[in-house]
Amino acid sequence: MILPTSLNSNSYSFIEKLKTIDYFLIIIVTIIGSISVLSIYSTESGNFSFYTKNHLIRFLVFFSMFLVLSFVRVSVWYRQAYFFYILGILLLLFVIFFGISASGSKRWINLLIMNLQPSELMKIAVIVCFARYYHRIQSSDIQSYKYLLQPIILLLIPCYLVITQPDLGTAILIAGSGLAIIWLAGINLKYFIYSGLILLVSLPFVISILKPYQKSRILTFFNPERDPLGAGYQIIQSKIAIGSGGLLGKGFLQGTQSYLEFLPEKHTDFIFTLFSEEFGFVGSMVLILLYILLIYRIIRIGFSCRSFFAKLYCFGFASALFLYIFVNIAMVLGLLPIVGAPLPIMSYGGSSMLSIMLGLSIVMSCKIYSRDPISS
Amino acid sequence: MIKRTGNISKNKIISRRLFILIATKIGILGVVTSRLYNLQISEKQKYEFLSEKNRIREWKTPPQRGIITDYFNNIIADNKRVYQVHLSLEDVTNFNNSIFKIKNIISLNEDEIKKIYEKKENSKPWDTLIISENLSWKDFSKINLYLHELEGTKPVLSTSRYYPYSNDLVHVVGYVGDATTTDIQNKKKIEENFVPGLKVGKIGIENSKDNDLIGNHGTKRYEVNASGKKISEISYKKETQGENLRTTIDLEIQQLAQQLLKNQAGSICVMDIFTGEVIAMASSPTYDPNKFTHGISTKDWNEIQNNKLRPLLNKSLAGLYSPGSTIKPLVALAALEYGIIDKKFKVNCKGHDHPYELYGERYHCWKKNGHGLMTMRNAIKQSCDIYFYEVARLLGVDKLSLIAKRYGLGSKVLEDFFSEEKKGIVPSTKWKKQVLEQSWYLGETVITGIGQGYIQTTPLQLCLMTAQLANGGYKIKPNLIYDKEIDLDIIKSKIESEKNKSVSQNILKDHEFKYYERLYRNPNNLKLVLDAMYGSTNEQFGTSFRSRHKEDKYKFAGKTGTSQVKRITDQDRELDLDLKEIEYKSRDHALFIAFAPYDKPRYSLSVLIEHGGSGSKAAAPLAKKLIKKILDRHELREKIRKDLKNIA
Repeated sequence: MILPTSLNSNSYSFIEKLKTIDYFLIIIVTIIGSISVLSIYSTESGNFSFYTKNHLIRFLVFFSMFLVLSFVRVSVWYRQAYFFYILGILLLLFVIFFGISASGSKRWINLLIMNLQPSELMKIAVIVCFARYYHRIQSSDIQSYKYLLQPIILLLIPCYLVITQPDLGTAILIAGSGLAIIWLAGINLKYFIYSGLILLVSLPFVISILKPYQKSRILTFFNPERDPLGAGYQIIQSKIAIGSGGLLGKGFLQGTQSYLEFLPEKHTDFIFTLFSEEFGFVGSMVLILLYILLIYRIIRIGFSCRSFFAKLYCFGFASALFLYIFVNIAMVLGLLPIVGAPLPIMSYGGSSMLSIMLGLSIVMSCKIYSRDPISS
Repeated sequence: MIKRTGNISKNKIISRRLFILIATKIGILGVVTSRLYNLQISEKQKYEFLSEKNRIREWKTPPQRGIITDYFNNIIADNKRVYQVHLSLEDVTNFNNSIFKIKNIISLNEDEIKKIYEKKENSKPWDTLIISENLSWKDFSKINLYLHELEGTKPVLSTSRYYPYSNDLVHVVGYVGDATTTDIQNKKKIEENFVPGLKVGKIGIENSKDNDLIGNHGTKRYEVNASGKKISEISYKKETQGENLRTTIDLEIQQLAQQLLKNQAGSICVMDIFTGEVIAMASSPTYDPNKFTHGISTKDWNEIQNNKLRPLLNKSLAGLYSPGSTIKPLVALAALEYGIIDKKFKVNCKGHDHPYELYGERYHCWKKNGHGLMTMRNAIKQSCDIYFYEVARLLGVDKLSLIAKRYGLGSKVLEDFFSEEKKGIVPSTKWKKQVLEQSWYLGETVITGIGQGYIQTTPLQLCLMTAQLANGGYKIKPNLIYDKEIDLDIIKSKIESEKNKSVSQNILKDHEFKYYERLYRNPNNLKLVLDAMYGSTNEQFGTSFRSRHKEDKYKFAGKTGTSQVKRITDQDRELDLDLKEIEYKSRDHALFIAFAPYDKPRYSLSVLIEHGGSGSKAAAPLAKKLIKKILDRHELREKIRKDLKNIA
């Protein structure tokens, strides 16, 4: 109880806040952001046109938003956590009725200035919601069935809504980040083993409800040569692009695979492929290292937080970020089936950028208000 | 405080759990890194190759065929500029629509449209389709006018095969057409140079010399994008034109021969008796090879196929005929060589009342009243059958067969140059046993003596036979393509040295002869035969006396032949019908062989008119006209020969 005054109430001075900002995090995000703009520029064969312009604007806007929202008190996020989750669910429902369809799936809401993809926001909402949920529960209660079942239901609702869009990739990422938090919160290991076994048993049933294109993607993953011009095309072309990059790559703007349009989705899911073709093994490792530093930094912030909510959120978000990044990279390397998962910050796409920046701003808020105990 | 301890234990758990999670992440990081290493470092070359293969696409450009000329450098197979319309499939959004539009501008019939759709089925999406290979200038300008409305349509100036003397040389030069799957499989050169639209030789020189004529395709390498669209040209290896070929044919003589055969079925062959150069090889009727270049229409094809005179048959080397009396000089020579007869040997020909009899079978002479007492010279001159029945009987078919084969019958004259060439038949007792599994009858020997029965020859074989008799009895190498290795002076000196060579008795036994080796035992025997042929043309009562040249420089020697198509019955003999009264198919084939000039022989020829009647009436007059032309052009040909030798 003999703690500095600042602890008690809303008396952080602005200078103090500026001092506590994690500049290292900002620098890494800026570097990755710059790389992403240059990569998008390369997808347009070195023309500063539509995609590059949009991507740059979005990055700048959402980056500014990240900086501004960093000063929102973490307790505000704590208090609004459930509202955030419910808002996400409502937006997902809104998509079902008023969404925009593109290439066979209905994922977006037209916001005039951009098309919002609520499932991307849901990725963050789930983490915030779960962080709050476990913040309140006593460690002794965590293993009880009631507290076991509630988060599972909270997770299944958005996952179901996203799968039906259909968007398997995002659903997996939402489920993955939710499970990461449940794991971090301390749910007994046996439940994970049990549910893993149940999943294995129910796999045939799951496969039977998958859409034909999703099935074909999974089958193609196991054997890309099955259909080299169809479903296997993306994996094969992506591997060719990455492999032909070699140690040092073909050089900036020199990647032939993407320039000659062999690479599908080069702005979005396959941006890593393009980068890797042009900058090779060394470049790819540098990019991966930058992401590792970003995750490391977030985890460090988590450790510095006093409140369980902040800690859980930071660790959860770091884990989710890791999941997004490595699902995407493993996918383009042919280690995982192509499921449609963007690479954070690098990929073209407003909603993804928005959700990552939002997530980062909450992390920064945790840092700035790290001494806030959050009382409920 | 409870809450606080709860928090502490929760913090403990979360740290432990995080630690496990980080460990897992490091593991995943390791997997991803090793995968990246595997792709970019270990298997770099594989993917680099695949990337190049992706990026670069090759287009083959068609080579131009070599040009074929006659001996005097007149072009007989040329490459002509043609106007074509191509459709680049990658630029076409609606194929049916495009074809419909093009159809409205240039006239395409149902057949052609069907072919275009068939071609499209077999093309790749980035291929170019040839819509029309040979457009009129009018249609071509119309296409150019409407070009802005036709996406992917390209007016193209191309070349295609053109035969300026269309019908006159088709049996020598042949024609070209689209390469079929069999063509591609059978000829490596075609396989290597195949380009859509490549024309290959189907018959004739075009076919046999395809390997030389085709040339080598060029290669354009383009950088392309994923949909196969050309981005930039990387390299262009230019195509090379096929070799030009000079044939031994004399266009003017060939044309005259073809003209002489007009409206008849038959063949004329002309050969240099020393060099073996085929100077003319006419076969009638003919057809237009230009019609085949762009695919012959069904109507034209039916017209050619339904012609009863069989234009498609190259009669010079694939038509088989009984040689008739043209074999007689050879029979006489064989008998002289084996010493069966001498020049004083006589046989009495007593007319139809007293025919030649053998084992109760009767054999008639063609002359009703008989020739009287015949010597060898007279028998050839007047073509007495009775004389040769007797000589053949004395000689025996096996000896006759041996000499006949030696002088060029029974084997392919141009070896494998023409796939359609026939060997013919020179019968012998052994042959009959092997092929027909029957024994030989003496009666068959008798009729073989006048070139009837089993014996079958091609006009080109008869021409070669005449050449090898006229050159004094030396084996020559017939050829159709100018070959600088075949040199007249060398041949003449070889012959000169052969002349003085002493020969063993073995010369009358079966053995292989080398080129320009002597074929005879006694040179006087040949002289006797050739002299008799002189009589046949230049003396009264000679069978071709009416076709003689009076001027010394055109004087030639020949032998007529009339080959029966069916057996002559006693009734036929009684009726003695005029040619016009006999059904076409039953009329005799008219034959004539000759060499010229008589005093210094240089050229041999054979004439055959299918169902033309008698050799002296139908065939010999053609030879007369032809020989004048041949001898008139002799100086010119020799001049070219010298020029060619100097160039070499």
